[in-house]
Amino acid sequence: MKDKADVVIIGAGINGCALAYELSKRGKDVVVIDKKHIAAGATGRCGAGVRQQWSTRENALLAKKSVEIFERLNDELDADIDFRQGGYLIAIHNEEDMMQAKKNVEMQRSIGLPVRIIDRDEIKEIVPILDPDGMEAIGATFCPTDGHADPFKTAYAYANAAMKLGATFYRFTEAKKFKIEDGKIKSVITSKGEIKTGVVVNAAGAWSSKIAKMAGLEIPNKPVRKEAMVTEPIKRIFDAMVISFRHGIYFSQMSHGQILGGIPSPEEKIGYYTEPTFSFLQRMAYMLGRYAPALKQINIMRQWTGFYDVTPDALPILGFDARLKGFVHCHGFSGHGFMIAPMVARLLAQLITGEKLDLPIDRLSVDRFKGKVVKEKSVVG
Amino acid sequence: MKIVCRCEDITEEDIVGAIRKYNCQTLDELKQILRLGMGPCQGRTCLPIAARILARETGKSIEEIMPQTARPPVVPVAIYMVSENEG
Repeated sequence: MKDKADVVIIGAGINGCALAYELSKRGKDVVVIDKKHIAAGATGRCGAGVRQQWSTRENALLAKKSVEIFERLNDELDADIDFRQGGYLIAIHNEEDMMQAKKNVEMQRSIGLPVRIIDRDEIKEIVPILDPDGMEAIGATFCPTDGHADPFKTAYAYANAAMKLGATFYRFTEAKKFKIEDGKIKSVITSKGEIKTGVVVNAAGAWSSKIAKMAGLEIPNKPVRKEAMVTEPIKRIFDAMVISFRHGIYFSQMSHGQILGGIPSPEEKIGYYTEPTFSFLQRMAYMLGRYAPALKQINIMRQWTGFYDVTPDALPILGFDARLKGFVHCHGFSGHGFMIAPMVARLLAQLITGEKLDLPIDRLSVDRFKGKVVKEKSVVG
Repeated sequence: MKIVCRCEDITEEDIVGAIRKYNCQTLDELKQILRLGMGPCQGRTCLPIAARILARETGKSIEEIMPQTARPPVVPVAIYMVSENEG
């Protein structure tokens, strides 16, 4: 094992892998450690969606800039990440939803997103299998440049590109302890040995609060068990991701033809519970049947669980910690870490190497929870 | 050419190739990289065979490799059959 590095990243999920690439590209000597393997946590369990329609400007901008990177990522990483832009269709159920949708669309259009409000007829034009009555929809918002990418392929593509640039990945290697002197990070002690470093990045997803605690830092993140399911593959019938904030449902057709989706589990729990529940499957099947009656006859192949690493405002925590020199936060993604990873990685690489940042991230610092928090409302799953 | 996963059309060469390229230690990694065991049979045919290949390549025992995350249902089930307000 290497005994020193410029930066040690804890967590080989999408954000750890993407950051390893962005830092290696800037000439940093990077080590990534993970107690399991690449994309073993939330990345490999997520809904694969890439959405720019957020209610907070911070999330919408991060997502928009990420889509610009996703659009060129195959060339940049010399890989195929299976990025497709079939759009996101977000159901509007009543006047209250409509008011929020109008507010969101106004902000989203002001930053240049081609999002618009559509009526019930247009819902059926975009996704012919949808039943607006079953959905209880009076309309929807639609952004055609939203889409999907393959989370496995994207994480491996970033990791491979990082390794080609000299980054080292140690899988099945757990962070055990930090050596701290005079308020500065000195080294990471892992299950396989000690690595001296001046910069540690906490990209541990649902386990980020444990890593922070090891460094003596409190963060407000909570791991929440989420569930998803996938059906057998069928012929291609729609390209958009369909979601509803009110019903919490999301589903779309993947490139292999399967329908993948999720909905909040009736037995949702905080903590490290990984058991899939039957009540989730019942809820999901019922709601999917209401949204798209034609899907009732197809078979569910498997269901699984994963974690959202949830913060009080559902926005990520990014940047250095004023309390401990060299400690970088890269967590709290609250269910949307995959879709904003390309831009988050670029910004944190700029921050760590002292470059000028493309977007300010001060409002995403760990210090923000002292005051009043503005919550991201557009959350599903 | 030896087919290991009939649902996703994966050969022994594909598996050995992925293990060597990525230094895979687990079936979960092979699943992510190749879609091994993600088809309609859900790995009932291919995973035991892939586990033997992985054991041979890594020098691990089958017991170390085989416990893998189970994802229900045991057999594919139609959506309307499990819907909470029907049936």
